[in-house]
Amino acid sequence: MSQILKLGAVSRRKLLQAGVGVASGALLPPTLTTSALAVGDHPSIGTWPEGSKGDTVSIAAAVPRTGTYAVQGEDELKGWQLAVEHINNGDPLLKKIAPKVDKGLLGKKVNLLAADSAAKPNQAVQEIQTFINQNKILLMTGSTSSAVAVALNKFAQRERVLYVTGISGSNDTTGKDCVRYGFRQNFYGETAANAIGPVLVKAYGKGKKAAFMTPDYTYGHTVTKSVNDYLTKNGGWTQVTDQVSPLGTQDFSQYLTNIANSGADVIVNVNWGRDAVLSVQQAKQFGLTPKMQMVIPYQIPFLAKETGPELTEGVYAATDFWWTLEDKYPLAKMFVDAFYKKYNYRPEWGANNAYMSFAIWARMVSEARSFYPPDVISQYEKGEKFDSTVGEVYFRREDHQLVRPVVIVRGKKPSEMKNNEDYWEVLEVVPGEPLMQKPDAFGCNLGDYT
Amino acid sequence: MINWPNFISQCFNGLVLGALLALISSGLTIIYGTLGVLNLAHGAMFMLGGYAGWLAYSYTSSFVVAVFAGAIFVMIVGVVMERVIIRHFYSRPHEDQLLVTFGLGIVFVEAIRFFFGGLSKAVPPPSFLAGITPVGFMFYPTYRLALLGIVVIALLALYLVLYRTRIGMIVRAGIEDSMMVGSLGIDVDKIFMLVFGIGAMAAGFAGIINAPVVSIAPDVGEMILVQTFVVVVIGGVGSFPGAVLGGLIAGQIISITSMFNPGYSYVMLFVAMTLVLVLRPYGLLGTAGRE
Repeated sequence: MSQILKLGAVSRRKLLQAGVGVASGALLPPTLTTSALAVGDHPSIGTWPEGSKGDTVSIAAAVPRTGTYAVQGEDELKGWQLAVEHINNGDPLLKKIAPKVDKGLLGKKVNLLAADSAAKPNQAVQEIQTFINQNKILLMTGSTSSAVAVALNKFAQRERVLYVTGISGSNDTTGKDCVRYGFRQNFYGETAANAIGPVLVKAYGKGKKAAFMTPDYTYGHTVTKSVNDYLTKNGGWTQVTDQVSPLGTQDFSQYLTNIANSGADVIVNVNWGRDAVLSVQQAKQFGLTPKMQMVIPYQIPFLAKETGPELTEGVYAATDFWWTLEDKYPLAKMFVDAFYKKYNYRPEWGANNAYMSFAIWARMVSEARSFYPPDVISQYEKGEKFDSTVGEVYFRREDHQLVRPVVIVRGKKPSEMKNNEDYWEVLEVVPGEPLMQKPDAFGCNLGDYT
Repeated sequence: MINWPNFISQCFNGLVLGALLALISSGLTIIYGTLGVLNLAHGAMFMLGGYAGWLAYSYTSSFVVAVFAGAIFVMIVGVVMERVIIRHFYSRPHEDQLLVTFGLGIVFVEAIRFFFGGLSKAVPPPSFLAGITPVGFMFYPTYRLALLGIVVIALLALYLVLYRTRIGMIVRAGIEDSMMVGSLGIDVDKIFMLVFGIGAMAAGFAGIINAPVVSIAPDVGEMILVQTFVVVVIGGVGSFPGAVLGGLIAGQIISITSMFNPGYSYVMLFVAMTLVLVLRPYGLLGTAGRE
């Protein structure tokens, strides 16, 4: 009780309310008493308990709606919006992932705020800071660039507000830059490399020469390293050149000229977003493809739609989710149907990742029966298995990475497409655990709870 | 990859890129030189040219129609913009001019995103310019070769207008001293409108002829704008020959540096700009004292 008084419940009326709350705790279901008890048990931390006091809790996304990753950002935002809608109306799909959610979270509606980050770390951090100050958000998300994810990771840890990544493919996000307050749902460089590597060696043979195209930031460098390490070690491949380009490059002619003169057999294109679209199109203009094989180790939402299926035909890619998985997983079917009904197109993996990351957060909060961040973190760290749109998954306690399968796809011939969004054929769903490095291999040190 | 064939190929890439930058920069520089307005919406006008051309192409399937549509539409946008908004800012501080053109640029980009979405749009080159051509040291996309020719012709046309016509003479006189031109009884107002239209048209034209190389998206002008400013600073603010020279130099710096280490190509571009600013603050072909 002294804690409650310290926290500023000074009026007689509030004191009585709190007293009644605690006294009646034994008689009521735990969900209804959690916040009163939690306030009593814990000192305030981050935006808690302020952010959970009203009828509504706010969560926020800093997502690129302009710039190189704008198209993918919009798709992600739709995934988050759908998840929030499903949390608030207790949708059957969401309840399969988070059974204890019932038209809101712990009796409160969830409100999603969003701002344009343009995929810039400083902009994203500033926006989230504003949401923390003004809206007392209990969860932040965002990133379609790992540079943003890494920045928000550190920011989340400093502010003691939970962060679930948007799209982030860098090994560092749950590697050397991991934090106690950050969680990642999607696949990443190392798992992508170990999943697609065997497929490439089988398809193209051993001892090939590879030219890499790498965007110049943490995502690009770690994915290129993981893929190159795998191919060198297991396929005897050689990296003949690594063309590093800044994010937002429009003209790839200089890079493609270097590749044309490198004698490569395969182009491993790690570029992402619009950079990937332009580099794939221009590689064709320069006549590099189909003479050289193009490989996309970390698939890009809408790539095939933007370049046209002629340019992605026969291209191997590793991905998080593709809508035809609806034939394999019941939850995937429910998700694709719900998304299509609301937005009139089939979701790409960014939207799926966004939906899942919020649905999982809702699961953890509702299972922990608390918004208190260390309680929610502990719930994630229990490592309980649960159903998802790609089968059973769980979080790894040591680095907060979801253990989940990686999907290998290959671009379909235009003539084989069954509808105008049937760009990729799912070749394999590779189980996640064997693809992952040891939890400490990338230098993860999570930090404190409080 | 430092060998002769690669070096020659990169010089060639630089030439094509440089020519395009020269064309866009010349539009920016004649507007600034004549009107004293630094048009931060110039990148957006480059983008508008691409979209207008793409729209025309999707109805007519004719690349030539697309090019005319792109250039003329943006010229009209430029003229309307000058009459309705920009002319009220001639006598206001540079900060106001920067803010209003910056704001207009955002409006154009977001309007396009609103109506056409964020997905890239492709405009294919005319069929006889598709494919690749062997040029001895390497295979080169045929359209990029043609692009070089198209830009050279456009720059030549711009040169003829500026240096061989009466209007051009007035414009050049306006760059040197617009008050004196006005006091000679020439309708400076009309000339200003015309210059803004021509400058905008150069950006719009570049936007559509570049569309088969770099597919268009709402943000396509953003990166180009930055490079264009560097070109103008290197060449000399307000100087048409300076824009051409600056464009060619910038193209070569980007391409040749990327042969050694692509990560440094833009760093070197800014290093070059810094050097020019230190050693010759008014640019290579600029005139000292011109604002």
